[in-house]
Amino acid sequence: MLYTVLCYNKEDVVWSWTKEEDDAVMARLSVVHEKLVKEGKLGPSLRLLPTTAATTLRGPGLVIDGPFAETKEQLLGFYVIDVENLDTALDVAKQLSAANPTSTYEVRPIALYVPDVRPNAPKETIKAY
Amino acid sequence: MSDLGWIHGALTAARPQAMGALLRYFRDMDRAEEAFQDACLRALKSWPEKGPPRDPTAWLILVGRNAALDGVRKQSRTIELPPDEQISDLGDAESELAERLDGSHYRDDVLRLLFICCHPDLQPSQQIALALRIVSGLSVAQIARLFLVGEAAMEQRITRAKQRIAKADVPFEAPGAAERAERLAAVAAMLYLLFNEGYSAGNDPERAPLCDEAIRLARLLLRLFQTEPEIMALAALMLLQQSRLAARFDTNGEAVLLEDQDRSRWDAKLIHEGLALLDKAMRHNRPGPYQIQAAIAATHSRAATAKETDWAGIEGLYQALERMQPSPVITLNRAVAVAKLKGPAAALDMIAPLEEKLSGYFYFFGARGAFLLQLGRTLEARADFDRAIALANTPAEAAHIRQHLDRLTAEKVS
Repeated sequence: MLYTVLCYNKEDVVWSWTKEEDDAVMARLSVVHEKLVKEGKLGPSLRLLPTTAATTLRGPGLVIDGPFAETKEQLLGFYVIDVENLDTALDVAKQLSAANPTSTYEVRPIALYVPDVRPNAPKETIKAY
Repeated sequence: MSDLGWIHGALTAARPQAMGALLRYFRDMDRAEEAFQDACLRALKSWPEKGPPRDPTAWLILVGRNAALDGVRKQSRTIELPPDEQISDLGDAESELAERLDGSHYRDDVLRLLFICCHPDLQPSQQIALALRIVSGLSVAQIARLFLVGEAAMEQRITRAKQRIAKADVPFEAPGAAERAERLAAVAAMLYLLFNEGYSAGNDPERAPLCDEAIRLARLLLRLFQTEPEIMALAALMLLQQSRLAARFDTNGEAVLLEDQDRSRWDAKLIHEGLALLDKAMRHNRPGPYQIQAAIAATHSRAATAKETDWAGIEGLYQALERMQPSPVITLNRAVAVAKLKGPAAALDMIAPLEEKLSGYFYFFGARGAFLLQLGRTLEARADFDRAIALANTPAEAAHIRQHLDRLTAEKVS
């Protein structure tokens, strides 16, 4: 069964981490990522730029600067995972949370998954570009 | 990250909003600072045990305010507030306050706090020192290190600045639209100064936090004022400039010219965010100086190699900037683009009338020396490089010019 694991945190705190702090969290997370890849559980995953870089369309004509809603914590990124059941999905979230303890992880089942079928779809990790 | 590391991050992130609210409440900088300090001490005691509150900013405001009131009550020998173990479980009080904090006056609090630091009577260096003390919460010792001055001198600079603003009329009522725009522009200029202070400090690790702090505050401002194209562009400009940090200096700490930088060392994440913000800003069709400067920085960021740089585009942008803010420094920068497009002779003609105004400016003689050198006028070039070294602000600047001179000397010998 396909789930998303959505990562939330206060982006003003996260984007104030020093490069060393950020690298340390990402290094701990990548250990979990590699384990999940080996277990065949990890699908695509994304880390998002802060909501200050977001633009929101409300209806076809109204373009608003910023995120959909002002929230105390923001969506920082998400994973697609393929696991048997909710327990396993929560176990994945726990491992991510252990590597990045200040963030909150929401586990949510996927209703529709459309794969990336572009012939030149990236096969490797892309940082920022 | 350790618990204390997390708390430190949360306190730093909460500081501008909490200080802004406490200042509005007490209308006195020293009392607001004391109240915030007090709340931080209680947070350090309470959060590791009880875990962080749901809304750290609201917690700090409420506890800071209560602690200060508690102090007043103690002095007047009346009833004390409950002990702070009880205040720590803020429950309903916290969420109620948090809801009120979501109101628009919240962002005016932060803007006011920043704006106070921009008082026109304060020297630019005083403004940014004060902002680092009050808004960022750096210690006097930390700020002294950032400015390369003694702690006592910095203490004095900050105390004087505080005395000056204490006497000034600080407006506490909610600003009107025009006033808000005016404050925002003053604060943006101050953040730009702060960034430039760090940028011109080069690769000195002691001073590196200046640029990081300027970016952090620009992001904060952007989060509060999400629809202002000039604030988007200011943040974009800082991010794009900062993306080149690792490539700007060689292993000996000497400056590397933009055209000689290893572009693979540019920080792609910062570039991406900067370009995204500039895109958003341009959509508004309300051009301004920060948008143009960010567009110039973006033109460099988009060039995969120095040769592919769109110099015609850059010259056009500098022309637009000159029209908006006529200044000999901008003309000098445009001349560098003109040199790339039409050759050094055209650039020399362009900057000839600037000499009097820029006679104390390092870059003028550095740039003119380089143009003269390209034209083979080595004697004149050498004279300009000598003057540039005399005017250099940092060892890296001087060392860079000295490379030109060494090359000239070597050529002469061979």
